[in-house]
Amino acid sequence: MKRTAALWLGLGWVGFAVLPWYLVEGGSLSLDLLSGWPRGAAGGGLFLGLLEGRWWLLPLALPLLAALIGLRLPTDDRRISDILVWAGIAGLAWFVFQGFAIGLRGWGGNWLVALFGAPGPKQEGMGYGAFLTALSFLMLLTHGLAARGFCRGDAFTVSSIGLIIALITAFVFFPIWEILVSAFKDNDGRFALNEFAAKFFDNSIWGLDCTYSSLRCGVAWNTLFLAILVGVGTTALGLAFALIATRTAFRFKGLLRILTVLPIITPPFVIGLAVILLFGRSGAVSAILYEWFDIPRSRWIYGLPGIFLAQMLAFTPIAFLVMIGVVQGISPSLEEASQTLRAKSWTTFSTISLPLMRPGIANGFLLGFIESMADFGNPLVLGGNFDVLSTKIFFAVVGASHDQGRAAVLAIILLAFTLGAFYAQHRWLGNRSYTTVTGKGDSGLPLPLPRRVAILCYGTAIPWAVLTIVIYVTILIGGFVKTMGRDYTPTLQHYLTGFAIERASWGIHFSGSAWNSFFTTIQISAIAAPLTAIIGLLTAYLLARQRFAGQRAFEFGTMLSFAIPGTVVGVSYILAYNVPPIEITGTGLILIICFVFRNMPVGVRSGIATMSQIDKSLDEASLTLGARTFTTVWRVILPLLRPAIVAALVYSFVRAMTAVSAIIFLVSAEYNMATAYIVGRVEAGEFGLAIAYSSVLIAVMLVAILMIQISVGERRLGRRSTSDVALQGAG
Amino acid sequence: MSKNGPASVEFRSVAKRYGTVTAVDNVTFTIEPGKLVTLLGPSGCGKTTTLRLIAGLEMASEGQILIGGRDVTRLSAADRDVSMVFQSYALFPHMTVLENAAYGPTVSGVPKAKANEMAVEKLGLVGLKGYEKRLPSELSGGQQQRVAVARALVLEPQVLLFDEPLSNLDAKLRRRVREDIRELQLKLNLTVAYVTHDQQEALAVSDRIIVMSNAAIAQEGAPRDLYEEPASLFVADFIGDANLVDGELSEIQGDRARVRLADVELQLRHRGARPGPIKVAIRPESLVLAAQRPAQQAVSGRIAKAAYLGTHMEYTVASPLGELFIVDRQVTQPYAPQSAVWISLADHGVTVVPA
Ligand SMILES: Nc1ncnc2c1ncn2[C@@H]1O[C@H](COP(=O)(O)OP(=O)(O)OP(=O)(O)O)[C@@H](O)[C@H]1O
Ligand SMILES: [Mg+2]
Repeated sequence: MKRTAALWLGLGWVGFAVLPWYLVEGGSLSLDLLSGWPRGAAGGGLFLGLLEGRWWLLPLALPLLAALIGLRLPTDDRRISDILVWAGIAGLAWFVFQGFAIGLRGWGGNWLVALFGAPGPKQEGMGYGAFLTALSFLMLLTHGLAARGFCRGDAFTVSSIGLIIALITAFVFFPIWEILVSAFKDNDGRFALNEFAAKFFDNSIWGLDCTYSSLRCGVAWNTLFLAILVGVGTTALGLAFALIATRTAFRFKGLLRILTVLPIITPPFVIGLAVILLFGRSGAVSAILYEWFDIPRSRWIYGLPGIFLAQMLAFTPIAFLVMIGVVQGISPSLEEASQTLRAKSWTTFSTISLPLMRPGIANGFLLGFIESMADFGNPLVLGGNFDVLSTKIFFAVVGASHDQGRAAVLAIILLAFTLGAFYAQHRWLGNRSYTTVTGKGDSGLPLPLPRRVAILCYGTAIPWAVLTIVIYVTILIGGFVKTMGRDYTPTLQHYLTGFAIERASWGIHFSGSAWNSFFTTIQISAIAAPLTAIIGLLTAYLLARQRFAGQRAFEFGTMLSFAIPGTVVGVSYILAYNVPPIEITGTGLILIICFVFRNMPVGVRSGIATMSQIDKSLDEASLTLGARTFTTVWRVILPLLRPAIVAALVYSFVRAMTAVSAIIFLVSAEYNMATAYIVGRVEAGEFGLAIAYSSVLIAVMLVAILMIQISVGERRLGRRSTSDVALQGAG
Repeated sequence: MSKNGPASVEFRSVAKRYGTVTAVDNVTFTIEPGKLVTLLGPSGCGKTTTLRLIAGLEMASEGQILIGGRDVTRLSAADRDVSMVFQSYALFPHMTVLENAAYGPTVSGVPKAKANEMAVEKLGLVGLKGYEKRLPSELSGGQQQRVAVARALVLEPQVLLFDEPLSNLDAKLRRRVREDIRELQLKLNLTVAYVTHDQQEALAVSDRIIVMSNAAIAQEGAPRDLYEEPASLFVADFIGDANLVDGELSEIQGDRARVRLADVELQLRHRGARPGPIKVAIRPESLVLAAQRPAQQAVSGRIAKAAYLGTHMEYTVASPLGELFIVDRQVTQPYAPQSAVWISLADHGVTVVPA
């Protein structure tokens, strides 16, 4: 313990005295900057404090000195732990305080201005040095706590908990806090309850005009209405598919399986795009209708019908995944029992099977509801005059009005809806939506579907399946024809525009317009995926294998980001990280951080699910054999966790590649992501390029999934079989 | 054989609480070096918790734990020189038998070749030579159990812990493995704490037994002491099915006193009991049945139930002393149910239960 604490203290001194304290422009060091060291822009905190009048950095030296003295005490001196704890707390407290108190333009709070007068000292965003110093304080604190017997005296555990709490605080709670605060402020940063009330109760949000006049209803009602429709629709269709898959002798069940993979690899707005290509004014179907039946081309698809259709197509597979678990979860023996009591098959279905499915159905509804609320891509491309909260938020930020306060208010309403739905789901149903989908080997034959139910299922599901196939065929061929709906001449033009490679004098030149965003996307996703997996699985380990005070709150904190719609995340990140102390907008880092914390809950869930299958005494055996916790995790748990690792890696990689809602706020010219680029093409009307690029993304994701699956491999367990962890996502 | 020799284990007023549940309450005992001590008690009485406290898998809420005279109360499991054999064996399923056995030395930095050598030696000791390359899932239950033992032995710990090591084995194998464990313990001179809820197993292998009940120690002593001089009704009943009979104690003389049980009068050690109504524990085999009234004092009874168990008969007999459970070695001419019998007391296996 003492040795690692000393190591962290050393790193703390390095961070404080040697590394550049502030963020260096462009993120990397140039010789030019280094020449001024230890002063100047790349100077260490200690020297900036001593030599450049940044006096507020100097108090940070005190805890570092105290820890240095503390660690020189004899090993069994009980005061060491106290000193470490207090040094850590004092260091962190001052660190955070000075970070927020002194900003880019002077004092960071009105009360400081009132106390000391404007403008006050100024400082930039924190850099490597500051980051390392803060980390060191945190580690001193956790090592001190471990020495006091926290978590059975295990420094690794306490440090992991501390680290994750710090990260969650900085990248989940802090942005949400910022959005709450900014909703209550006017544009000059003053607290303004009136303005909040005015924005909050605005007629454009809550108006009910559409019920009695031709005017439009408020955006909140629109969103809610759409979400309910989609929730009901996807659940019904998902149930129909699930019943066909499990209770009938349907011959094309393999096709249904494919259905479960599609939503994972399809960027959400691509469906919307395909819907436009089919049903838009110049869409393929519209063209056929016009030429054959003289039905005039119109823009009916833009608005509620289009969004509804696209979201149904996008989210039905997820509902299918949930419902298939629900249907399989019903023990056939219950149905058999009912039948032996002389119940007819319809009676059994309606009195036994359906009621047993009720919690699952409710769950499916809530999932569809939340997905619809959080969806951004489809309403963006298909919305027309039908506004929903997520797009409204976007336009409040990037539109002409540029009203961040209004965006914050809208974001809070959306957040309240989704959190409410999540809360209902949690209170009412527990965590069933994440349960693994495994075919339980409960003997007995499941009840075949009663005739009328079967007809209903086939009647809805098959046309729908056909539509889904048509959509994907559209996506596939859309990139290879001139203009869908108008001109079906085969062409490679779209792919060449996006992905041309030329041989230039200096070598290969990626001249296609899509390459830039494509490489950025791959790079960012490839960095984010392992980080997400590590943090998610570490959290899962702490939740499943350790007991500590405040564990429930910890779990809530780590799962919270799941319930926050992407647009809300995007706005909150802009609000929180545009200014010091953490000033990272416009960098690749903010994209990575955004992905890591948005996708971490899935890593947590799949980790917990897999870990609960691993006997806890394995860890304990390892501990009693003298292995430290870290060694135990590394040698025993991790190798047994491979399915969860695969799930977390695949999921976070794919999600990073397909995400739109959050990152559309965060991309910059330098770091543009594929999805943001495609959405831009759609808005510019370049559908061909957009659809071609989307097909490329889908193909890349398929390859990535296969590669990860192969490289991580199977668990080595001999005769014991492994069970799969279901992939599943929301928001 | 342990590198530091076997060590003693000492609990000083140790308590362990989970929220409002007290799993171990104010427990004090000492395990002497090189002895095998059993923790015995009904389900949920805190045996496993006590064992885990020794291992360092749980931290005591109160009190002190010493191993080899050193205070280890706040040390984590990895820092204590203690190994444990788990009820589920806890073999790492992704490692071979050899990797499992060599795990301890490997993670504490012993070079691989040396670690393997140590592992092979201990695997030989438990009779598993030739199984090194197999995965745990490719072994029988008994073999897995022995791998677990070998793995725990490799580090030559000061203290070895067993948590119900035999509960996954069938009855025959159980007897053999428990003898093996005892033999190994004596041969290697190990300090062993052994948890079981099977009193037969405890009597068979232990130097001393600690009987636990409701998170506390009910009695501690050599197997014979516990059987013959139970300190409480609980212990008398838990070890060896005693008949607990109401009696009347009078005329204390020295360490003996007169005890009246219905019509029968006996001289028994009073074991600190006061004159007045008391409980007497009578072992099932200390009640002697006879068809005719015997010469010594006896009470009459009627056979209520009879069961044939091969080596002996088990009877339930209604008598003035209450329902009695009686074991009779005589199996060739058993008493028929409902027949009248006389019951007399043997001169052993009858004790006053204090308190
Ligand atoms: N982690 C825990 N949280 C709360 N209570 C616990 C915990 N572990 C054990 N207990 C409680 O402590 C008591 C003692 O448990 P322990 O496992 O020591 O029993 P045991 O004597 O080993 O029983 P068994 O023979 O059934 O294994 C029980 O009442 C149990 O419910
Ligand atoms: Mg137990």
